[in-house]
Amino acid sequence: MRFSVYRYNPDVDAKPYMQEYDIPLEPTDKMLLDALIRLKSHDDTLAFRRSCREGVCGSDAMNINGRNGLACITTVAELGGHVTLRPIPGLPVIRDLIVDMTQFFRAYHSVKPYVINNDPAPETERLQSPEDRLELDGLYECILCACCSTSCPSFWWNPDKFLGPAALLQSYRFIADSRDQATNERLDDLEDPYKLFRCHSIMNCVDVCPKGLNPTRAIGKIKDIMIKRMV
Amino acid sequence: MGLPVRSFDAVIVGAGGAGLRAALQLSEAGLKVAVLSKVFPTRSHTVAAQGGISAALGNSQEDNWLWHMYDTVKGSDWLGDQDAIEYMCRMAPKVVIELEHFGMPFDRLDNGKIYQRPFGGHTQEFGARPVQRACAAADRTGHAMLHTLYQRNVRARTQFFVEWMALDLVRDADGDVVGVVALEMETGECMILQARATLLATGGAGRIFASSTNAFINTGDGLGMCARAGIPLEDMEFWQFHPTGVAGAGVLITEGVRGEGGYLLNSNGERFMERYAPTVKDLASRDVVSRAMAVEIYEGRGCGPNKDHVLLKLDHLGPEVINHRLPGIREIAIRFGGVDPIKDPIPVVPTCHYMMGGIPTNISGQVVAPHGTSPDEVVPGLWAMGECACVSVHGANRLGTNSLLDLVVFGKAAGDHAIEWLKANPVQKPLPANAADLSLSRLARLDGQKDGESVTDVGRDMRNIIQRHAGVFRTGEVLTEGVSKIREVAERVKRTAIKDTSKVFNTARVEALELDNLIEVAMSTLITAHTRTESRGAHARDDFPDRDDANWMKHSLYYSEDQRVEFKPVRLKPLTVDSIPPKARVY
Amino acid sequence: MVKRVVTGAHYGLRDWLVQRLTAVVMLAFTVVAALRITGAESGYEGWKSVFEPAWMRVALFLFLLSVLYHAWIGVRDIYMDYIQPVSIRLTLHTLTVLALVAYAGWVFELVWSH
Repeated sequence: MRFSVYRYNPDVDAKPYMQEYDIPLEPTDKMLLDALIRLKSHDDTLAFRRSCREGVCGSDAMNINGRNGLACITTVAELGGHVTLRPIPGLPVIRDLIVDMTQFFRAYHSVKPYVINNDPAPETERLQSPEDRLELDGLYECILCACCSTSCPSFWWNPDKFLGPAALLQSYRFIADSRDQATNERLDDLEDPYKLFRCHSIMNCVDVCPKGLNPTRAIGKIKDIMIKRMV
Repeated sequence: MGLPVRSFDAVIVGAGGAGLRAALQLSEAGLKVAVLSKVFPTRSHTVAAQGGISAALGNSQEDNWLWHMYDTVKGSDWLGDQDAIEYMCRMAPKVVIELEHFGMPFDRLDNGKIYQRPFGGHTQEFGARPVQRACAAADRTGHAMLHTLYQRNVRARTQFFVEWMALDLVRDADGDVVGVVALEMETGECMILQARATLLATGGAGRIFASSTNAFINTGDGLGMCARAGIPLEDMEFWQFHPTGVAGAGVLITEGVRGEGGYLLNSNGERFMERYAPTVKDLASRDVVSRAMAVEIYEGRGCGPNKDHVLLKLDHLGPEVINHRLPGIREIAIRFGGVDPIKDPIPVVPTCHYMMGGIPTNISGQVVAPHGTSPDEVVPGLWAMGECACVSVHGANRLGTNSLLDLVVFGKAAGDHAIEWLKANPVQKPLPANAADLSLSRLARLDGQKDGESVTDVGRDMRNIIQRHAGVFRTGEVLTEGVSKIREVAERVKRTAIKDTSKVFNTARVEALELDNLIEVAMSTLITAHTRTESRGAHARDDFPDRDDANWMKHSLYYSEDQRVEFKPVRLKPLTVDSIPPKARVY
Repeated sequence: MVKRVVTGAHYGLRDWLVQRLTAVVMLAFTVVAALRITGAESGYEGWKSVFEPAWMRVALFLFLLSVLYHAWIGVRDIYMDYIQPVSIRLTLHTLTVLALVAYAGWVFELVWSH
């Protein structure tokens, strides 16, 4: 299999470059991550993140033939013998395919991603109807891989001010939780021309999400609630 | 050698379920805590847990923590310590409710309570019939739990050191643990993190096997650190093989599939578990099901062209149940198994999944080791919890859903205990002069290694040896051969070399350091498995097919420095209730 | 030096909503105008009859104001994305506002002075 891989090591490289490899794969190398590990056994200087290898931990997000995705759930077969790999765009590169995700997590942390409920905790669980619980489907499954935010042009232009699809999806996950009491506070915080309203419904986020989630719809729902609150 | 030093009240190594639960206790108590993790916390392997977390809530069927305790003791094949098991099962409802209050998105029943599903080995009235005890968030319970715990730590402003790898414990002349030496992966620099309390929550080490459901990061780092610091490892011969790993890929298919009504078929289309476990059938304990599958495959009733797997049938559950309760499983089956479970059965094989053994601890999470006349003398300043620890609640075989429970119960217990201990021990002991010597010599060896072997090659040989010599069925002969082979590999591990000399995010160096930890685990596994001449739980010896309570109802303790094995008794006396006496284990 | 990121101007929703409402006004007017124009005779008299009634002038005036406000939000969005230095952005904001206000005056003159 032929690879073109983005290489940059600040220790030795003045600037990034693309390196070409031609590496024979074994029949067991079914996923792109297997192929990358095969490649790394030939050249251990190639750096990339990986952990669960089954698409739930969100470590190995990268730009695969121009499209963000997870290496562990991208099959070698669908790539057709040649692949171009770059780090996910829009974030500072630390080395090779590894980016500095500080900005991304700062946005995530800023939405207060936890249930806020000021009532005294009951002895048993807080009750939630199956219908209310259903509201959280399509939201809580996010793995924070950053495929979505780093494919969003609005996030590229204002990564420090626009929260990006991942953080907004999580913001809505708590707005939608029937146990959360801080909806007003959350909406006040998002009522800003940058944080939420840089979203222009480009929908790259929906296109690339490896878990099939829809941040644009969640953002739309936040706007709906804001309007409901205003009128 | 003057490494930079930072000082904390507590250092926690590992940010999976156990590490985060402990961190939460300590942070909310206002202590200065550093949590080290090789990966961003939500990438820890807890995220991959699927089926559920057990607690006798009795939300849809009558349940009782005593029944849960009985199931756990029986599941452990009477190797579990009954005081710890009682503590865990009694605490279970409390900690699960707490998770719900933290915001964990459990599935719900119509009355608004937490949804519970049946799981292997969980029964009503001491084995009478299966019970719904596994509290679930679809088939993403671990993901939901890990994210919730991380989010709660964000709220508590816990300080994380993300992408830092702990290398070695720092022990002073008294044997007290006073911190860790750690490597910041991004810069390649080392630092001593000094702490009055050091808590290990480094998870499992399933990566010693060639075929494992575990993540790449599960390399037994805490076990390696302890082994090198002279602390024994307990019950390392006991490795759980999960019955349903996707054939070829090793990715986990939750037992929850069988809990929801799925079952296993051999090549004759026979539901063979009816023969092995007439009462609970496919919901027998994992070691029982895995062995039954291995027998079916061995006797030629495996499926596929190579007759090397069996089939997990769930299409009869219907698309609604599969899409609602098991959506992640469907995704995995399509991606890794090449089948859509709504239409076709999933090819599965027993796959290494969980390490029952680990760093010996008491029920407060304090690490203990034999000293003088006591088998359980505390190592001051050191705690361990979660999969890296051996309390022991899982004994010779863990019940499904008891792992997530273990993480939160003992993560919390260790955190609480460390808080009290820190109050009683307010003075930081000084660092010994040689605090960083071991770590620095390991790094210097690696950097200066000439003509060494590649980490990939040595690691692959280690994994293949373990796979072949410490599998579902073991014999004296195979184990003897395995021990001598793994000793050879251990020598080769000392001479590994890497080509990458960079300081910045050197993943080759990290993998070499991980191999140092894996080999400790691999050695302890084969040597203790060779020593234990009986069959108990997940340790099945063809040459000693029966459980031998007279000689072997005891924990093994492996010491790395001279590769010796000692033993300590199983604690059969629970905290408040009557002991559950050993009996034959049938499901 | 710490680069302090300041957000929280609290006008996001209003502008987003106004942008959509003005779009509705523009769309509605376009439809009405198109119908009237196609129904009218060609030539100066025909065109004049289309825009003669007072209600049509009000509608046209509303339409043009909507265009201006819509444009203001859209242009400002573009500046937000592509122009990072605050001083340049403020200058462009000012110039844009001046231009749009001037256009508004011209529109007033066009619609009401004949």
